[in-house]
Amino acid sequence: MSIYAVRVEGLSKQYRLGETASGYETLREKLAEGFRRLRRLDWSRDERETIWALRDVSFEVPVGRTLGIIGRNGAGKTTLLKILSRVAVPTEGQAEIRGRVGSLLEVGTGFHPELTGRENIYLNGAILGMKRAEIDRKFDEIVAFSEVEDFIDTPVKRYSSGMYLRLAFSVAAHLEPEILLVDEVLAVGDADFQRKCLGKMSDVAEEGRTVFFVSHNMGAILHLTEETIVLDQGRIVMRAPTPEAVDFYMTSGLSQSGERRWEPDEVPASAGPFRPVALRVLDESGEVMPRVPSDLDFWVEFEYEVSEPIRDLRVGIYLSTSRGEPIFTSFDLDNRQRYETHRVRPAGRQRSRARIPGNILNEGRYVLGVNASVYRIRSYFTEEHAMTFDVDGASAPGNQWPERRRGPLRPALDWELLEPADA
Amino acid sequence: MAVTAKARPGAGEEVTLIRPVRSWVALNLREIWRYRELIFFFTWRDVKVRYKQTLLGAAWAILKPFFTMVVFAVIFGRLAKIPTDDAPAPIFYFAGLLPWVLFQDGITKSSTSLVANRNLVTKVYFPRISLPLSAVAAGLVDFALAFLVLLGMMAYYGIVPKVEALLLPVFLLLALLTSLGAGLWLAALNVAYRDIGYVTPFIVQAWLYASPVAYSATLIPEGIGRLLYGLNPMAGVVQGFRWAILGTGAPDLGLLLISSGVSLILLVSGALYFSHMERTFADVV
Repeated sequence: MSIYAVRVEGLSKQYRLGETASGYETLREKLAEGFRRLRRLDWSRDERETIWALRDVSFEVPVGRTLGIIGRNGAGKTTLLKILSRVAVPTEGQAEIRGRVGSLLEVGTGFHPELTGRENIYLNGAILGMKRAEIDRKFDEIVAFSEVEDFIDTPVKRYSSGMYLRLAFSVAAHLEPEILLVDEVLAVGDADFQRKCLGKMSDVAEEGRTVFFVSHNMGAILHLTEETIVLDQGRIVMRAPTPEAVDFYMTSGLSQSGERRWEPDEVPASAGPFRPVALRVLDESGEVMPRVPSDLDFWVEFEYEVSEPIRDLRVGIYLSTSRGEPIFTSFDLDNRQRYETHRVRPAGRQRSRARIPGNILNEGRYVLGVNASVYRIRSYFTEEHAMTFDVDGASAPGNQWPERRRGPLRPALDWELLEPADA
Repeated sequence: MAVTAKARPGAGEEVTLIRPVRSWVALNLREIWRYRELIFFFTWRDVKVRYKQTLLGAAWAILKPFFTMVVFAVIFGRLAKIPTDDAPAPIFYFAGLLPWVLFQDGITKSSTSLVANRNLVTKVYFPRISLPLSAVAAGLVDFALAFLVLLGMMAYYGIVPKVEALLLPVFLLLALLTSLGAGLWLAALNVAYRDIGYVTPFIVQAWLYASPVAYSATLIPEGIGRLLYGLNPMAGVVQGFRWAILGTGAPDLGLLLISSGVSLILLVSGALYFSHMERTFADVV
């Protein structure tokens, strides 16, 4: 008998449309519907449309394995974690779980703004499933990890968002369940603290615990997990060692039109007053291009809407390889002078556009991400894998040798050849 | 909930089975016991934040029933001259208001508890009943404060508790159970229909006048009329509570039994409906 931590068989979850988010019904609608049926003598079940958020998912995870779960928005990743953490009930199928489950579907769940840091540690710890004695024991460690010692008796509503997140994550990071479910919680906080959290997470994985990790951050998935499941439209399309699964996902799953648009309901409410509209790759004439020649300049344009002026907002892009390795990050206010003249971002629909010089990228597929944030204060919106585009290397420097060059860059460098006579 | 947890013999660790549930499920008391610490923390949080950022803080626990008592004493006592079972009017109203306010706070807070904690319900598992349960329990702190004032008033009016006072905990428990029973119904309904948020204040207001808070149940004609009056579970609770304190206006046994019975029916049906709806809360709330 093999020892598994989680065994899932034919798990499915059906939602009725209009049942999710804020789509609750009022009694009046329900009564009106009842009367309509009474008149028509129609006793059939509610025939509202349904969608399968998860469809016939089966897998087993051995004890001590860290499993990544990737997929597009709406692929069913969060639904899967919600069922495993018993928040939602499956429509069909079953899951068998051995051991205590800790779930981190969001950091800071249940934090109360009026309570102090100390009080929130106890409250949040209890909500996440820790016993009181356990919290007592780990209290000092949690405070030390969070780096907010001086404010531990201050109500958290006076915390900066960075402090708040650090404290929230610290409580979560000290959970000691046998099975840990983590959903995209590292997308927040400043870079240093993110690194610290990633370190803490790999410790957890090494302690022989079973970890489920959902993320859009391919770097974190590659770093933390051994094996990965790719979900698409509620089904498992692939389960493989992580590098293979990430390659598959990055080369098949993402949009390839040269443009990525965000529908209003795709943007979390926490992003407001910022709202991303579209991200595009443009050629010299302003045409949207999914494929750019490596030797020509091209433009990355991010269109967004700001509903009220934001002070010190910076809007930027991430460029990374299809494997999720970062290449660079650049912000529209990197230029010192422009930074001084654009301290307040006005309200309205606007665009930030960057020119990427030709002869800099190697041929291949690249991933663009976006970020809108105020340094060290607040991250409004981040999506590290917003879209992909291809670079065509047909006219790249050195194309007289039809070989594949290593690395993500292929710059045209200024070589000098120093003749033996000159040396 | 859609879960059975059982320890495998020899394995030494628990196995949780998650599967769909279609039948009506009974309340899982063992699960509630396992989460008793969390219920304590929710109660503690509700007590702690109740009067945050108010000028008078916990004094509100006393001022709320106190001002209502003054209004009742003026309108019902002085103007309408409704008899108060030979007890001094202020203490008559105050003794009736204490269990009433406990009930009213419990029903109001528990009916909104799931919706107000939406972010928890959709992100973390715990027995959902923890929320209305702790909302009702948090009212006990206010009750204790106001009770001290009642003791002071008894000393002032020279009222010495008699043997009936031993029944006080029973009436207190009945007030809590009735509050929880009604709160469970409203909380579960509120998840699907936000109308409940608007309906609750009307229910509470009508219920107040249907309960012997501003008058005595002894005004209701004896016989069938008074027994029917007992269908309001708060009739027995309020009248009984006041009788236990003041020793006047003893409720009939029939009224008490009917009230207690209705209260228990409300609680059991509320718990059943709640646990039946529980599995959909995270999807709908």
